[in-house]
Amino acid sequence: MQHEAFEKNSLLLLIGILIVVSIGGLVQIAPLFWVDSTIEKVRGMRPYTPLEQAGRDIYVREGCYGCHSQMIRTLRDEVERYGHYSLAAESMYDHPFQWGSKRTGPDLARVGGKYSDLWHAEHLGNPRALVPESIMPGYPWLAETKLDGRDMMAKLMTLKRVGVPYSEDMLKNAEQDLIAQISPDTRKAAELVRRYPKAKVAKFDNKPGQEPSELDALIAYLQMLGTLVDFATFDAAGPNLR
Amino acid sequence: MRTRSVEERAVLADCFAFVGCLLCAGLGATLLFASPNGGMAFHGLLLLVASLAALAAVVEFSFDSVRQLPKGYMDGPIKVAAIAAVIWGIAGFVVGDLIAWQLAIPALNLDLPWTSFGRLRPLHTSAVIFAFGGNVLVATSLYVVQRTCRARLPGRWAPWFVVWGYQLFLLVAGTGYLLGITQSKEYAEPEWYADLWLTVVWVVYLAIFLGTLARRKEPHIYVANWFYLAFIVTIAMLHLVNNAAMPVSLTSAKSYIVYSGVQDAMTQWWYGHNAVGFFLTAGFLGIMYYFIPKRVERPIYSYRLSIVHFWTLIFLYIWAGPHHLHYTALPDWAQTLGMTFSIMLWMPSWGGMINGLMTLSGAWDKLRTDPVVRFLVVSVAFYGMSTFEGPVMSIKAVNSLSHYTDWTIGHVHSGALGWVAMVSFGALYCLLPWLWKKSGMYSMRLIEWHFWTATIGILLYITAMWVSGITQGLMWRAYDRLGFLQYSFIETVEAMRPYYIIRALGGLLFLVGALIMAYNVWRTLSEEETVEAAAPTAETVRQLPIGAVA
Repeated sequence: MQHEAFEKNSLLLLIGILIVVSIGGLVQIAPLFWVDSTIEKVRGMRPYTPLEQAGRDIYVREGCYGCHSQMIRTLRDEVERYGHYSLAAESMYDHPFQWGSKRTGPDLARVGGKYSDLWHAEHLGNPRALVPESIMPGYPWLAETKLDGRDMMAKLMTLKRVGVPYSEDMLKNAEQDLIAQISPDTRKAAELVRRYPKAKVAKFDNKPGQEPSELDALIAYLQMLGTLVDFATFDAAGPNLR
Repeated sequence: MRTRSVEERAVLADCFAFVGCLLCAGLGATLLFASPNGGMAFHGLLLLVASLAALAAVVEFSFDSVRQLPKGYMDGPIKVAAIAAVIWGIAGFVVGDLIAWQLAIPALNLDLPWTSFGRLRPLHTSAVIFAFGGNVLVATSLYVVQRTCRARLPGRWAPWFVVWGYQLFLLVAGTGYLLGITQSKEYAEPEWYADLWLTVVWVVYLAIFLGTLARRKEPHIYVANWFYLAFIVTIAMLHLVNNAAMPVSLTSAKSYIVYSGVQDAMTQWWYGHNAVGFFLTAGFLGIMYYFIPKRVERPIYSYRLSIVHFWTLIFLYIWAGPHHLHYTALPDWAQTLGMTFSIMLWMPSWGGMINGLMTLSGAWDKLRTDPVVRFLVVSVAFYGMSTFEGPVMSIKAVNSLSHYTDWTIGHVHSGALGWVAMVSFGALYCLLPWLWKKSGMYSMRLIEWHFWTATIGILLYITAMWVSGITQGLMWRAYDRLGFLQYSFIETVEAMRPYYIIRALGGLLFLVGALIMAYNVWRTLSEEETVEAAAPTAETVRQLPIGAVA
């Protein structure tokens, strides 16, 4: 029998396995990098501000993706519950993606602006103070932990290296922008918003202080989720080129 | 060039190991002192301590045993992996049950970073999949490949490096999650430096496995080894592609994955589903193909079926990933491909199940008399059940209900507890007495107890998750008479509570079973009695490769 060839030659078996297991991935993954329609361009997408990115890193660190998805499927009940279905372009700057696989808690793809900063600050510290039936863990240490922003520029540069279009201007001002986003009504805050349109500037954790806490960063991230694309003017069938 | 004598090669290997340990110790010390990240510095310390311990072992044995040259099979590293599997298994089940209780009683999160669900959940998944399952795979694969090839593992130190290097990886990965070091890709959470370390360990693992195949004295490579080889090679490919990341700096624990958004999602679930397909399926099918025939003393049911089943399984599995991304922003063509192949995957899966179950032809009575056979056979039955459930859930219409709910969690656990863990327990109950040259386990009665507590635990678990998953899925999409969504999200969370408690109780039973096993293992190994010959004589094995049908 011809299968003997594989059974009697370990190298042939190895090569056979490699070829057979490579095909599926090549067909399914490779085209996503060069077929243009994979990510249809929309107006409004921009890289994360330094504070939002820092918040995103905390979101990743705490494993929020284990219970919260960020992907609204094209199903009627989901669109009515959470908002417009998620577009591929909305996660085009997400390294790594945070679509998630489980909704122990609700989807967060469009949670931005749904609750006040104060609500988030209270809720993250003690979820059951606001939602008695909630089973979410409390994160009281975020409010007390100062955000470590020392390597913010290095982080943005790394992101640029993997394809996020941070400009020289953005990189140079990374650490300034980190503070600017919690300093409303300042010149630096205005510069930040010029660099990152629609960026929300606030003292998110509702505490006094010149330096951002981890809670500031996380809320800044949550409050921008799903807010960049303007769905009042978005037309799925029309041209939405930037 | 003259060939080196055995003694010379041993000395060379010792020197190589010595230098390797020094280099690793240097690397560990560098990380310890250079990294501003406390977690990474801690990992440097772990590497330093491990390297120094390895150095001490190399020095001790190189002086001692140059004269005692290797003969027979190399079972030392296998013993370590087998015991590690028992210990890691219990750790993984404890954390799993703890997070199950956290979902029922959120105060158990303790409001501390290191004990919150988000950090413990990857610890649980990695501990059970990579630590428990991985050690079972390493132990059994190295055992099986030697016996079915009638050849010793190559390398004086390489097999030891694989086993202890793998434990170091697990320790670094697990403590990393608790300290907040994660790249957040499910089942691929370890950060870049842990990934690199695993890559080195894995390449050596592949090398010693292939090396054993190359020096085999049997003409044919036994079917279990095809599956083990596919597992090792494919996991290497998946690991390298999915973890491609750019570190922020060489002394920073943080990195960013090179892919983003939709491409990252596709790559991740290509990886994620094939971690199931190749780690938790192909590898454990290797176990099935050796331990079931051995234990029931019957040849594999169909040799032809094992060929067809092997090639179709590994070809089809790799396409199934997109069923994790139905109705998302992944292009439709990819979703449809993923669903189609997932449904086709049902056939080779059941081919494997039939081959495993029918091997009992003429020995079905052993199901009644031998609880170890019962573990092995019930695991294959669970395999059949979850590989039917999987294709059903991959159908888009079903998936629209099941996805994001506990149904998925139940499905995973019917596979992970029912198939992977049960076949592992069965294999360990065979393997441990063989390795320590005992006539059998200390107590068959305790194996019976383990079997029933584990089985009842699994049933509680998966039935609770079916009910909670389908309930929540239906509540999310329920509309009232006026056309509004009927339930707020939090109402659907509240409805889950009873099922979360039942699930946690099921998990507790499963854990109790594992503790019974640990006690049984401890008594077995500490008994004085030993038997002369190792149980797995070459006789039966030698008949297996081809003798089955051909």
